[in-house]
Amino acid sequence: MNQFLFGAMPYILLTIAVVGTIWRFTTNRYSWSSQSSQFLENKTLFFGSFPWHYGILTVLFFHILGFFIPSAILGWNAEPVRLYIFEIGGLSFGFLALFGLLMLIYRRLTNVRVKSVTSGWDVLVLIILIIQVVTGLGNALLYRWGSNWYAAAAVPWMWSVLSMSPEVGRVGNLPLITKAHIFNALIFFAFIPFSRLAHFVVINPYKYLWRPYQVVRWYSREPRTANIVQYK
Amino acid sequence: MDIRAQLSMSFHMDKCIGCHTCSVSCKNVWTTRRGAEYKWWNNVETRPGTGYPLTWEDQERYRGGWEVSGGSLRLKLLKGPGKIRSLANIFFQPNLPTVDDYYEPFTFDYQHLFNAPAGDDQPVARPKSLITGEFMEKVVLGPNWDDDMGGSPLYASNDPNLKGLSESQKELLTKFHKLFFFYLPRICNHCLNPACVASCPSGALYKRGEDGIVLLDQDTCRAWRFCVSACPFKKPYYNWATGKSEKCIFCYPRTETGQANACAHACTGRIRFVGLLFYDADRIEEVAKTPDERLVDAMRDIILDPCDPRVIEEAKKAGIEDNWIKAAQESPAYNLFKKWRIALPNHPEFRTLPMNFYLPPLSPILHNAKADTGGMFDPESTEFFTAIDKMRVPVRFLANMLSAGNEALILESLKKQLAVRMFIRQQRVGDVGDAAVKQALSAAALTPKDATDIYRLVSLGTFQERFVIPETHREIKSTVDPRTIFEKRGSIGFGSKKTEIITGRQW
Repeated sequence: MNQFLFGAMPYILLTIAVVGTIWRFTTNRYSWSSQSSQFLENKTLFFGSFPWHYGILTVLFFHILGFFIPSAILGWNAEPVRLYIFEIGGLSFGFLALFGLLMLIYRRLTNVRVKSVTSGWDVLVLIILIIQVVTGLGNALLYRWGSNWYAAAAVPWMWSVLSMSPEVGRVGNLPLITKAHIFNALIFFAFIPFSRLAHFVVINPYKYLWRPYQVVRWYSREPRTANIVQYK
Repeated sequence: MDIRAQLSMSFHMDKCIGCHTCSVSCKNVWTTRRGAEYKWWNNVETRPGTGYPLTWEDQERYRGGWEVSGGSLRLKLLKGPGKIRSLANIFFQPNLPTVDDYYEPFTFDYQHLFNAPAGDDQPVARPKSLITGEFMEKVVLGPNWDDDMGGSPLYASNDPNLKGLSESQKELLTKFHKLFFFYLPRICNHCLNPACVASCPSGALYKRGEDGIVLLDQDTCRAWRFCVSACPFKKPYYNWATGKSEKCIFCYPRTETGQANACAHACTGRIRFVGLLFYDADRIEEVAKTPDERLVDAMRDIILDPCDPRVIEEAKKAGIEDNWIKAAQESPAYNLFKKWRIALPNHPEFRTLPMNFYLPPLSPILHNAKADTGGMFDPESTEFFTAIDKMRVPVRFLANMLSAGNEALILESLKKQLAVRMFIRQQRVGDVGDAAVKQALSAAALTPKDATDIYRLVSLGTFQERFVIPETHREIKSTVDPRTIFEKRGSIGFGSKKTEIITGRQW
């Protein structure tokens, strides 16, 4: 079972994620949107969207940091005080995300206008996200040294998967809730191309910071598509 | 000098009768889709009035447009230095108008009138929301909700342009004998310094180099909604069904083939003029930073004289074709805005350098001019011409709307319009007197030739005179890939690169 979940499924789900993303981007870029519903309801959204995004992005940032430099997390955690700071900090951002997500779910269930633009995919996305956040918080609360486990066990497993020789043993013996967290993350990736989660994979907004304000496109000049001109 | 061409529309507010033919023809062509029902790319507002969306001119609330801060130009939306503040609001935009600021699109349950079971009461068609599909208790807002309510303290008193009016001037809203209102037709201004383009994190909005039309790339839009917040005129609209923003496209499929825009073509009052302007793109930032009182003059400065041999030479060097240069020379926009100085931009103080121009409306003088002293005004007196600042619609109000508060520019335009009327009346009826006409013309700095030309264009103008739109050389440049031009023939071409119209979410 472990062999299937953490040895074979990662490849299937990640392939779906990558191929699906490329497929949707090339064939149906029009559908690529964050599908914002702020236009229909913007009071509850404030208490949902802000905490959710800032909470989850902070947590995600440290996951990515740990993925690339696991020694940074292990080194930081070597001293108990720093470990406490890291765990409490992570936990509070986790709760921030949970609060935001619960507000978003509440809003989607209760507001008729928002309900009318809710697709089945949105519901699935919310289910996946709530599982991910709850299992993540469960790890942090129920088991000690969660962040060290991530850096010492999950990250090497991820790298082993990426280097095509999955070391299932590294995660196979972790507690059930941890395994659920890891497997649900894989499902999350596979969902990206088939839902509004696609807005997560964007390069666009970051470009804005060093782009000149104005954009001018010329149809008679090459390149046809985009020619950004800065006003002097 | 970086010469570029700009298509521009001008509006003769004195002639607008508020019939909404423009709005309806625009809607029938472009926005009858799901998610677009609430959008009026072209709308006509009663002024004084609240506008659409509600009080869109109030930038303390919406924070649209630009402001000069520390010598540099920055989006008002950012509130702080740098664009990072803007991106920080990407998950929730504090200044975004919601559907309640426009109106909840609705229809009526007409079928009930036919299917209702027999009963004691007459069946009624209840309103039904086009968003949720459910019955609405009552309709609280709709397109042109305050249409013709110029005197209403409930609606008209919310007009942000009433700022700075004295109490007696505000009687325009409450005293029946002083009441007056006019119409403000609006489309996207296709600005030279568009705030929507500057605010888009995805770079989906862009200004077309060839004709200055501001467009939104539907395949690049990611629904971050910054364009809606940043545009001070609230002319980009968010499609809540497809999750894409859309905006007025100046009917470019029509203008490219030399046809007038749907709104302008349909205008029964013939108040609209479409023409080409040449401007110097190198000076945009400098002009946008000009202080309020000199802003309109700076905008006139950036427009180049298309008959100047040096400009023609530069235009040719910039790749502008001969038929475009010829169109610019015959352009009604150039004449109205720059040559005759009778048209003015809407809210230049937002510093987007809007490229649509308005002829301020004249309104009755006779009753108002001596109302303060209790006497009746004598139309025979020489004061008639000089009393123009005593019109029912206060010059201050028009200046707030059309010239960043510069009353002299409004008076200049009104005097010219009145002088033209006197000049033509003397020719036709002959009861004004040559001396009075001469004095009026010289006070308005108009030559008899100019007066004749103005009369010719704004009163008699034929279709060809009002709409001077050069055809795009499609054999050289095309907005669509020539390889797919036949696939796209006959399609609306809006929504995506595919031919079908998309009316809802796909994922």
